[in-house]
Amino acid sequence: MIDIFTKFSGQLFVGLGWTILSSVIALFFSLIIGTVFAIMEVVPSKIARFIGRAYVEILRNIPLLVITMFFYLVIPKYVMKINGFTAGTIGLTLYTSAFIAETIRSGIQSVSGGQMEGARSTGMTYWQAMRYIILPQAFKIVIPPLGNQFVNLVKNSSVLAFVAGFDLMYQANSIASTTFDQINSYLVVGVLYLIITLPLSYYMQYLEKKLA
Amino acid sequence: MKKKFWLLPLLACVLMLTGCGKSLSDQSVLDNVKESNTITWGVKGDVKLFGLIDVRDGQQKGFDVDMAKAITKRILGPKGKAEFVTTTSQSRIPLLKNGNVDAIIATMTITPERKKIISFSHSYFDAGQSILVAKNSSIKSAKDLNGKTVIGVVGANSVENIKKIAPRAKVIELQDYAQAMNALKSGQGDALTTDNGILFGLAVQNPGYEVRGGTFTVEPYGVAVNKGQTGFTKAVDKAVLEMQHDGEYNRLIKKWFGDVPGFKYKELYRR
Amino acid sequence: MQNWISAFSWLNVHFLLMGLWVTIYISVISVILSFIIGSILGIIRYSKIKFVSKIVGFIIDIIRNVPLLLIIFFTYFGLPNFGLRPETIPAAVIAMTVFESSMIAEIVRSGIQSVSTGQMEGARSTGMSFVQALWHVVLPQAYKNMIPTIISQFVSLIKDTSLATIIVVPEMMQHAQVIYGQNSNYILPMFAALAVLYFIVCFTLSVIGNVIGKHLT
Repeated sequence: MIDIFTKFSGQLFVGLGWTILSSVIALFFSLIIGTVFAIMEVVPSKIARFIGRAYVEILRNIPLLVITMFFYLVIPKYVMKINGFTAGTIGLTLYTSAFIAETIRSGIQSVSGGQMEGARSTGMTYWQAMRYIILPQAFKIVIPPLGNQFVNLVKNSSVLAFVAGFDLMYQANSIASTTFDQINSYLVVGVLYLIITLPLSYYMQYLEKKLA
Repeated sequence: MKKKFWLLPLLACVLMLTGCGKSLSDQSVLDNVKESNTITWGVKGDVKLFGLIDVRDGQQKGFDVDMAKAITKRILGPKGKAEFVTTTSQSRIPLLKNGNVDAIIATMTITPERKKIISFSHSYFDAGQSILVAKNSSIKSAKDLNGKTVIGVVGANSVENIKKIAPRAKVIELQDYAQAMNALKSGQGDALTTDNGILFGLAVQNPGYEVRGGTFTVEPYGVAVNKGQTGFTKAVDKAVLEMQHDGEYNRLIKKWFGDVPGFKYKELYRR
Repeated sequence: MQNWISAFSWLNVHFLLMGLWVTIYISVISVILSFIIGSILGIIRYSKIKFVSKIVGFIIDIIRNVPLLLIIFFTYFGLPNFGLRPETIPAAVIAMTVFESSMIAEIVRSGIQSVSTGQMEGARSTGMSFVQALWHVVLPQAYKNMIPTIISQFVSLIKDTSLATIIVVPEMMQHAQVIYGQNSNYILPMFAALAVLYFIVCFTLSVIGNVIGKHLT
């Protein structure tokens, strides 16, 4: 195991870099998209609520691999060229945004009861109340679940291996088939994944306890 | 609640049974297959002409599969059974080493690196690496691939070879030939590289694409078996030799490669 | 249009549905197994048995924090080192069960914890043993609250089986790949079919989960 790590450390760190990059980009965009659709799900407009709901339900109920492969193989054929890393990151973003929307929506709903009316009665508009009163509180509640979503994101980024996204899992496959040592190759990347995910998820557990 | 707990040992047993019952790799494979009257072969499921899953019955079909069936009959007699496990370029060696399959006949080149960990029969098919490109592509041969993106498959030695021929080519590895071909068609790469036999199969399925520039490596395919299984290797060699002598080999070559445009199948004939 | 009609020939549809059947088969067996194993592990982790709970907890945390793909590889390529050589479908069931058990163990543990604080002490004070209190008082309530979460885990399990295509498990994703691998004109119809079929199965389950969830509260 250590042999493989030392011999392929360059390749492994490149993989780690792509994995982290993809996860961070996907987290950033899925937070934005997720927040937008979460708000759509709670606004008074029926059409907006329907669109928000439909987006979340569709993306939550289709496997990430299907979404990712679609962006890698189908979109370039009919629409525009997207490379493996980008296709994988788009897939991750869309998939994760649905879960984040769900998380944020429940955060908003757990705050909103009297708060919205209170804020409105001070003369704020609906959007002002949302922006300054509801969302800040909602985000505070959902920090631990969002952290867990990031852990999932790092794990899920392994689908990049299917689309040659150069991530850790892709490098693992490549190393495993040049060394013929499957077990140790996968053990090494397993440890590398854990180095990112384990501290994060322990920290989120700690936060959850602290906030509860 | 209480009622559900009896399920656990039961299901655990079922799971165990499905897995066990097969030989360890340090026993004689030849003795084991004779005793069970079955040879379990690892074959491809994604390679037209060699091993391709047929949607009609879910069975693998191709030259490799027919070879496996014929070799089985010659080792075990007419009642011998051949069973097939679909492997990918990535999974075939671990499956052999772990004893999930007795032998592999899956477009596998005999290479010095592989020989360090597994054994091969004599070559049963002479392939050579080449490239597949769109008919309107400007790439004439593998040497033009420098600076271009080349698609290969995880676990195939063609990926290593191309790095030597065109060191500045960008290589991306996908899971199997179905993904690789579709990626080529979607413009994810400028060429697909692997052995000519496989590429001709893809060209048959995909008009608009052709094999270019001839072969630039020699890729003798062998039947892979575990190290130390000399008896079994010899039995396979004997069976293949018999097939070459009595013409069954040439019949299979003609059956699978006779209709492939641009493929000089008669050069593969063996006597 | 011609592509769509021939893509959905009876042969292809049949092949795809056979894949769906394997997907469901793997998911159902795995969810039952992981419900049982996950419950046991969750209770062990909750009950704070010296060392045992700590070790179980640590293993659960490790499994929960690595990609499922790795667990699939370890099952298919690694288990034979321990004398077990599963074929592809059992290998997928084992991998899914290992992964999902650790997920469910966490759900069970936090489910119990959310009920137990006062309840456990109350039950103990009536003379019940720890196990009796757990079995008769805490667990029934905990499971009632957990049903929606467990159903949503079931949904992710169904989606996750698509990853098993990497070891050529004959499930729906793999079968779709076989079909579009043989004729790439079928690629768009196949992805449409995958999206629709997965959606129907998963969404139906999610709705059932929501209905049960609303019914219980």
